[in-house]
Amino acid sequence: MSDKKILRAPVSQKPLVVEKPEHPEHIGGSVSIEINEKQVSVPLGTTILEACRQNQIHIPTLCHHDDLCVAGVCRICVVEVEKMRTLQAACAFPITEPIKIKTTSNAVRRARKHILDLLLSEHYGECYACFRNNNCELQSLAKEYGVDHYNFGHIEKSRYEVDKSSYSVVRDMDKCILCKRCVRTCIDIQEVGVLEAIDRSNKTHIGTFWDKPLADVICINCGQCINRCPTGALRANDPRDEIWAVIDDPQKHVVIQTAPSPRAAICEEFGMEPGTSLTGEMNTAMRRIGFDVVFDTNFTADLTIIEEGTELISRLYKALVKKEDIAVPQFTSCSPGWVKYLEHFYPEYIPNLSTAKSPQQMFGALIKTYYAQKKGIDPKDLVTVAVMPCSAKKYECNRPEMVDSGYKDVDYGLTTRELAQMIKEAGIHLPEMPPSQFDDPFGDASGAGLIFGATGGVMEAALRTVVEFVTGKKVESVFANADITQVRGFEGIRYAELPIEEVGPVPELIKHLVPDWNWLKGATLKIAVVHGTANAKKVMDDIKAGGKFSECHFIEFMACPGGCLGGGGQPIPTSPEIRKKRAKAIYDEDRSLPVRKSHENRHISEIYELFLKDGPNGRLAHKLLHTHYEKRGKYIA
Amino acid sequence: MLVAEKNALSEDIESYVTKYGNDRSALLMILHEIQKKHRHISEFAQQEVARLLNIHPVEVYSVISFFAFLNSNPKGRNLVRVCQTISCDLQGKTAVLKAIERELGIKVGETTKDNKFTLEYANCLGLCDMGPAMAINDQVFLKLTPEKAVELLSKVN
Repeated sequence: MSDKKILRAPVSQKPLVVEKPEHPEHIGGSVSIEINEKQVSVPLGTTILEACRQNQIHIPTLCHHDDLCVAGVCRICVVEVEKMRTLQAACAFPITEPIKIKTTSNAVRRARKHILDLLLSEHYGECYACFRNNNCELQSLAKEYGVDHYNFGHIEKSRYEVDKSSYSVVRDMDKCILCKRCVRTCIDIQEVGVLEAIDRSNKTHIGTFWDKPLADVICINCGQCINRCPTGALRANDPRDEIWAVIDDPQKHVVIQTAPSPRAAICEEFGMEPGTSLTGEMNTAMRRIGFDVVFDTNFTADLTIIEEGTELISRLYKALVKKEDIAVPQFTSCSPGWVKYLEHFYPEYIPNLSTAKSPQQMFGALIKTYYAQKKGIDPKDLVTVAVMPCSAKKYECNRPEMVDSGYKDVDYGLTTRELAQMIKEAGIHLPEMPPSQFDDPFGDASGAGLIFGATGGVMEAALRTVVEFVTGKKVESVFANADITQVRGFEGIRYAELPIEEVGPVPELIKHLVPDWNWLKGATLKIAVVHGTANAKKVMDDIKAGGKFSECHFIEFMACPGGCLGGGGQPIPTSPEIRKKRAKAIYDEDRSLPVRKSHENRHISEIYELFLKDGPNGRLAHKLLHTHYEKRGKYIA
Repeated sequence: MLVAEKNALSEDIESYVTKYGNDRSALLMILHEIQKKHRHISEFAQQEVARLLNIHPVEVYSVISFFAFLNSNPKGRNLVRVCQTISCDLQGKTAVLKAIERELGIKVGETTKDNKFTLEYANCLGLCDMGPAMAINDQVFLKLTPEKAVELLSKVN
């Protein structure tokens, strides 16, 4: 197995993983076990936890997470297995023989209560002064086990300083229960390796390299650790107070833009099932809170497609026809987590990164120039807030180079969770709001911009435009319903080849870049879609070694599993099922929209006619909509 | 740290990696070698090990912080470890420790000003029948009395 090399621990130290049989119905494929005197049959190798869940028996968990490898450190899931001397952790016990399990016995109950009491004895702070109040796994366990006093006492003094150094992630180790979910997330899912358990025994804590502040070590700010933390130990850097202050300031004109993913997930913060889009309701709520105008980031997602798409075309033209020395494949640059990952771990590939800014930053620059001009507002009185599913966006808007409008392009990055909190603070129950539209002049956005929220979305959106630009045919005639299913799904790395059989005339919009399409006739466009930086590492190593992916033309990278919809600013918890439902909500909404291709968005042609007059990748577009990157490297100073 | 020092350290680490392989399971052996030669594993050395073994620096730091015999910060030339376990305690460790502290003029966990000694506690040295026990560098001394301990220390260079 080629993956072996990247496993965090040597195989011998991994928990015993029994491969599940392909055909559980064959002889030896299943085992009959007894759970609480009930006979059940499960596939060989199923863990006790899975077996119980399949049979509707509840087992409490803390360190276990559906996205992560087995840890077995918290022991809250212990059960009694007959003939075993001690209680066994259900999450780490693969069933290989007929066993008898008891999940409700006195020993189990007492052990769990003890574990919980011990955890609480070291858990500093009060629940009502914690952002995870009512959404905390430790709190719900305390409720489940009827904790009404601290059996082993309760820590009186804070032991750790809150680390607020990062623009994105705040760490409060006083609330940490050492489940190591963040460690496993950061190393296994993201391959960034910021956090590990430091010291031992009662001094053990989760820390960074030399216990440095988070801002000083190599963190890509993706916030995946926040999404998986069972308590309030990790949270995003919250700008709510400052935003309330500018809303209350009559001098300020406060503009809010909302990314595609929050609208598909914010319902979860209001107790609804995942996968309900509340786009219109959110618009009304944000206006009631006091935001002056509500814009749709999908508009600049459309703009990104035009800018990044034309950049791709001119890159390929220069590389294939003019034989210039230019970096191919082109990498997407929408995900700020991915951008920082590349800057740190593969700085030599920065030339491959598209220079187009992310939609959030493009919008910020446009609001403070085009929109300010149009409305006659002094840009210094304009405040731009961006609702993002992302904690890295908070870092991105604070990058020193993101001031192309002459002001800070985006003033505040707000996560989905924080917006939901603001809505609640304003006394609004979101699902009851009457739906309303986005404001002009960026009111309409296409479905292509919307699907940016899911992994493969940027690629699909780009293809919808590139296919029409190059072949001159409607994309629907190539892909049924304009759904490019090859790039959809949740497979970590996806690869596709699209042959270009015929070419059409060059559209007016990009005539200044390429004279004709003949050089593309008969060529095959090779593309890939990658999400999660551990997968990105695999692809980058392949490119470095000159493998399959080095022959690609365009690769979409998203730092978070599932793309933006699984971002570090999204409602907690997250799991593969929840992410699937959010993706479905996004694709369903895309299908319902009248315009589904970026170049058909009327506001896009308008902005190139009225403002960015020298066209895509032109001088003004370059000034406002493109950026540059920094070679950061891996060395921690 | 000077560039020349850094280069020398890197070369050292590279030679250990050649010796023990670049698999992550070689980590402890490599760390021991660095510890032996340099008496501590510096921030730079930790990052070099991580780079050569293709793991994250924080994992190296985690391992070093776990083991008492590996340390990130420089210590004195001689390490004095007094067993703090209960059987040594019952056999008069407190008096021995007090004598040592008075002789060296430092408390447990500190280093003398001339960098000659660092005094530490060790958890059980495994010689409970012959306590109180203490280790000076790699050598273990048994059945200590305050006088014997002070005499032993005076013989150390």
